[in-house]
Amino acid sequence: MEFPMSEWLENHLPKIVLAPSFIAVLVFVYGFIGWTAWVSFTRSKLLPKYEIKGFIQYEKLFASPRWDTAFENLFVFGALFIIIAMVVGLLLAIMLDQQIRTEGLIRTIYLYPMALSMIVTGTAWKWILNPGLGLEATIKGWGYNDFSFDWIVNSEMAIYTIVLAAVWQSSGFVMALFLAGLRSVDGEIIKAAQVDGIPTWRIYTAIIIPSMAPIFLSAFIVLSHLAIKSFDLVIALTGGGPGYSTDLPATYMYAMAFSRGDIGQAASSAMIMMLVVFTIVVPYLYSELRTKNDG
Amino acid sequence: MADLSFDQTQQSKFGKTTLRIILYVLLTLFALYYLLPLFVMVTTSLKSLEEIRTGSLIALPREITFDAWKIAWASACTGIQCEGLRPYFWNSVLLAVPAVLLSTLLGALNGYVVAQWRFRGANLIFSLMLFGCFIPFQVVLLPMARLLGLMGIAGTIPGLIFVHVIYGIGFTTLFFRNYYVTIPSELVKAAKVDGANFLRIFWSIFLPLSLPIIVVTVIWQFTQIWNDFLFGVSFSQAGTQPVTVALNNIVNSTTGVKEYNVDMAAAIIAALPTLLVYVVAGKYFIRGLTAGSVKG
Amino acid sequence: MAPILDIQNLFKNYGTTEILKNINVSIEPGDFLVLVGPSGCGKSTLLNCIAGLEPTTGGNLFIDGQDMTHVSPKDRDIAMVFQSYALYPTMSVAKNITFGMKVRGVDAATQERKLNEVANQLQIEPLLNRRPGQLSGGQRQRVAMGRALVRDPKLFLFDEPLSNLDAKLRVEMRSEIKKLHQNLGATMVYVTHDQIEAMTLATKIVVMRGGVIQQIGTPAEIYNKPANLFVADFMGSPAMNLIPATVLRNGKGAQIEISREGKEPILLHDQKAIDLPEKVILGLRPEDIAEAGFRAGENIQEAECHVEMVEPAGADTYVVSELGGKQVTARLHAETRASAGENLRFAFDLAKASYFEPETGNRLN
Repeated sequence: MEFPMSEWLENHLPKIVLAPSFIAVLVFVYGFIGWTAWVSFTRSKLLPKYEIKGFIQYEKLFASPRWDTAFENLFVFGALFIIIAMVVGLLLAIMLDQQIRTEGLIRTIYLYPMALSMIVTGTAWKWILNPGLGLEATIKGWGYNDFSFDWIVNSEMAIYTIVLAAVWQSSGFVMALFLAGLRSVDGEIIKAAQVDGIPTWRIYTAIIIPSMAPIFLSAFIVLSHLAIKSFDLVIALTGGGPGYSTDLPATYMYAMAFSRGDIGQAASSAMIMMLVVFTIVVPYLYSELRTKNDG
Repeated sequence: MADLSFDQTQQSKFGKTTLRIILYVLLTLFALYYLLPLFVMVTTSLKSLEEIRTGSLIALPREITFDAWKIAWASACTGIQCEGLRPYFWNSVLLAVPAVLLSTLLGALNGYVVAQWRFRGANLIFSLMLFGCFIPFQVVLLPMARLLGLMGIAGTIPGLIFVHVIYGIGFTTLFFRNYYVTIPSELVKAAKVDGANFLRIFWSIFLPLSLPIIVVTVIWQFTQIWNDFLFGVSFSQAGTQPVTVALNNIVNSTTGVKEYNVDMAAAIIAALPTLLVYVVAGKYFIRGLTAGSVKG
Repeated sequence: MAPILDIQNLFKNYGTTEILKNINVSIEPGDFLVLVGPSGCGKSTLLNCIAGLEPTTGGNLFIDGQDMTHVSPKDRDIAMVFQSYALYPTMSVAKNITFGMKVRGVDAATQERKLNEVANQLQIEPLLNRRPGQLSGGQRQRVAMGRALVRDPKLFLFDEPLSNLDAKLRVEMRSEIKKLHQNLGATMVYVTHDQIEAMTLATKIVVMRGGVIQQIGTPAEIYNKPANLFVADFMGSPAMNLIPATVLRNGKGAQIEISREGKEPILLHDQKAIDLPEKVILGLRPEDIAEAGFRAGENIQEAECHVEMVEPAGADTYVVSELGGKQVTARLHAETRASAGENLRFAFDLAKASYFEPETGNRLN
């Protein structure tokens, strides 16, 4: 005797299992993006309105000096953070690749900040960078009375303290990525180069580093993603200040949404963030999935 | 990889030694840079306020006191309430444990389907889920706040669990999918011929194989959820805040004297669970980090 | 006897790609059917369709008279051995073998009895408590067989089960599978790309290419009377010599003219009264070309050929010369005195000759 119902269930169970997650993603990711996009074209203020009014929120956004600062900071911070973290990470990886006896310990030390909350990182660096009691005071205490390190309270320099803390947190991770990449390069190629008498530094610059292109790309994607989402670190380290000199789009959006009660501005700034991520991540994901399917 | 240490025979012994020394000095300097904040946090938390004001940032405490830790745990003020981090620490535990378990379970089932039970459109579904990992969460904050309100779970811990599970599925699915695609599909075929069904194959064959990836996923999700601030600050209210939000409130509370030692003790308390996970299972932690970025 | 497996007009598409085109095969109980062909010919897909692991697009499939076209694998009364063995990695060997019975709710005592029988039969008793990861390739292969044997199914399906073994083990396991087939009298369907495996194991061979069956027959039929140029070339090692030739008619039989570079053509006279077109491809196995005087038969033709290369292979010596613009291999006895650069008189056994139509590749005789 056949049981068509259970047969049907058995055949469709994979789809049924995947369905809730898929629907959740559809609604809570794509549906919500759609909602935010919609609202960003309205005059929503404290409460959302659904009547489309065109680009007024975006016009207002780019006319706002605070957003200008936040948007510019994103690129200053993002560029510095990504470049420095990559350079430091690569340097550390190459140094650690020289058969260092205490490699395990050193790796552990370099990487632990990645386990911390950005709020913790921000709190710690805020204390270290405190001009009155922190590093500046300590070095002055050693007799260097002219020493000055007041970036965190200097609206011109405060954004660089965020770079400093962000690099501290993430460069160990980049190192781990690169180290894994260095170790996965085909040993026979390197042996062949050594037999040819090619100096070590040339082996790195001409053979190993070029073959790690995919890892550079991965690191770039992850770091830029971290940069765009950086919110906690700014809140904990500078609170966006002095003034709003260290605002990022993420903190701007949050301020508009939850302190100022300006949903329209919050939505439009979130959409701009979305667009920035989109332009970076989509080509990457597309190429990743393509190669995966071909392979 | 081949031996790539600087042992070219044409280099003089002297040059070689110098290079090694420079290398070790550089590595040590970097180690100090990474250790400095932790060192400062620990020493500051063990000093009295008096000593902090008069002494140097990087000096060891003259007299060790755990007062700051007691205050941070039980009586520091997070705004108007002065109960320390303790209630918020437990909030984070209550929030992280179910959210981690749920998102891991869903990720395992989804990954199993996407990797081993391909059907038309499965790849598209996976791509859509994957992209969900990369969106800046700011773009969903507003509608989510409204939805939680409509569902009547705004400002509650179940509400936060819901949010973390939803936005964790992408990564957990990715982890399990990438693990399960390396398992030959013949295993499923053999089990089908043996008469096992979809769930039986998952339970008897795939789940017992999955311990390493479960560990990686649980650690990843736990770190993400414990360290989260954005969802915590957006979707909680007084009393349901997670520990990161409470820490930020303690540090940035403007009332009274600034107690740096309490701030540092609170920061360490908030960081301890994830640091502990890192120390105990660092290998899996790193695997999660790299798996989240290098796919395949 | 009623067929145990009967495949009728089976089609299989992936999207718009046709993987299997109009497959018709039927075998009787006790048959050893081998599906052979180059990779991508659809043989594994066909096996998966028989197992029910892949849905079919059209046609019907009967096992022991019952229509199984849309029945799930577990209800087809089959067992399958996979290329990668597909042993459950976290289960012991014993659990691997009994998993199917456990899923089906067979009682523990029966499980135990059957396990012991099979373990005894395959001599894997000492391995029962080990994990697959602790076994050698050959041992895994045995366990995979055990998992199939314990089912005592109507059909055994094998998907290239020997291709992951080294050459020596492969030969050993091959004869073991053959012995097993003889002892059990079971019906087996076996996929391989190795034509020697196909020849040694099969009672019936299906040669496939591009999702189409090229020929169905006994090993002897396939070897001696290949249905087309593809089968002729694919089955047998070294491959059949396929020599372009021109047919000059005369009263009885046919005059076969084979051109040679820089020399007058060879003329062979096939005494069989067959009707051939003007252009043909003559197919002769290497063993059907011998040194003159070493072969007797009714239809032997001799001709002098120029030896290009001599390859001693132990038991035989292969001698290559050029005929009709092709490298032609003759299989001579080991003590031949042939050497490269010399001329040697060959005996062509035209009783064994195959003729093919050059355009379609189809057999003519």
